[in-house]
Amino acid sequence: MTFEPGDWVRVLPAEKPGHVRTPGYLKGKAGWIESFIGAFPNPEDLAYGLSGLPERPLYRVGFSQADLWDGYTGPVEDYLYADIYEHWLEPERGTT
Amino acid sequence: MSDHPHEGAGSGRTTSPYTARIRAIEALLLEKGVLTEPEVQDSISYMEARSPANGAKLVARAWVDPDFKELLLSDGKGAASELGMDPEHPAEFVVVENTPQVHNLIVCTLCSCYPRAILGRPPDWYKSFAYRSRAVREPRAVMREFGFEPPEGVEVVVHDSTADVRYMVLPMRPPGTESMDEEALAGLVTRDSLVGVNVPRL
Repeated sequence: MTFEPGDWVRVLPAEKPGHVRTPGYLKGKAGWIESFIGAFPNPEDLAYGLSGLPERPLYRVGFSQADLWDGYTGPVEDYLYADIYEHWLEPERGTT
Repeated sequence: MSDHPHEGAGSGRTTSPYTARIRAIEALLLEKGVLTEPEVQDSISYMEARSPANGAKLVARAWVDPDFKELLLSDGKGAASELGMDPEHPAEFVVVENTPQVHNLIVCTLCSCYPRAILGRPPDWYKSFAYRSRAVREPRAVMREFGFEPPEGVEVVVHDSTADVRYMVLPMRPPGTESMDEEALAGLVTRDSLVGVNVPRL
């Protein structure tokens, strides 16, 4: 497991066709590791009848709504959690 | 025994192209031996045995029993098993708590992930493009349309069920319910309140 709770990460802006569990609206966005959920077979492979092994670390990642959407109308305190696999995350530098 | 138990809907009934397609796929899977008819029936029975009433029971018990609440929030499957439910499903089951400071809303933007092992099938609106796209972008507007506006100062937290976790909301016990027993309390817990688009009311 590469990341610790509190670490800042950025979701890779990668394009990958097929059964991908990283939603487009989070690609390229920065957030924080809220917690480590566990390791699971990679759903991107499971969907095609493969084993999905080795298991991939999955994290709950928090994002500020104001960072996700231009013109978000709710309070700046609103946030969003999504569960993101480690291979979709890179360390984010320069954010405190 | 009929080759195709779903046929015979009668003349005049319209079948959507999606229904026709899924029936064709089902028939092929049966024909090729990938699935058996008992497996299909077992799967239907599994879904029909689950309903939001399970969620309401979990919530009502958590409202009257602090130890159970702690278990529900730390080990959702363990809590469900304790009330005689069968939460076995490959996905994790996580319960998130509404507080005077935080209101939670559940969505699956990628498809329709939902704690089916506990609550059964999701409502149609939960699977709609409108809900899936708007719940993340304008959660407060969506809740308003369901008839709920979080009080001033409450943070809205959206949970996008993108992977291997299924989420359910533990709503707050409404004021004025101090004299109600567990069964009556469960009657206040709606499916909408378990998704977080609304809250239980007296």
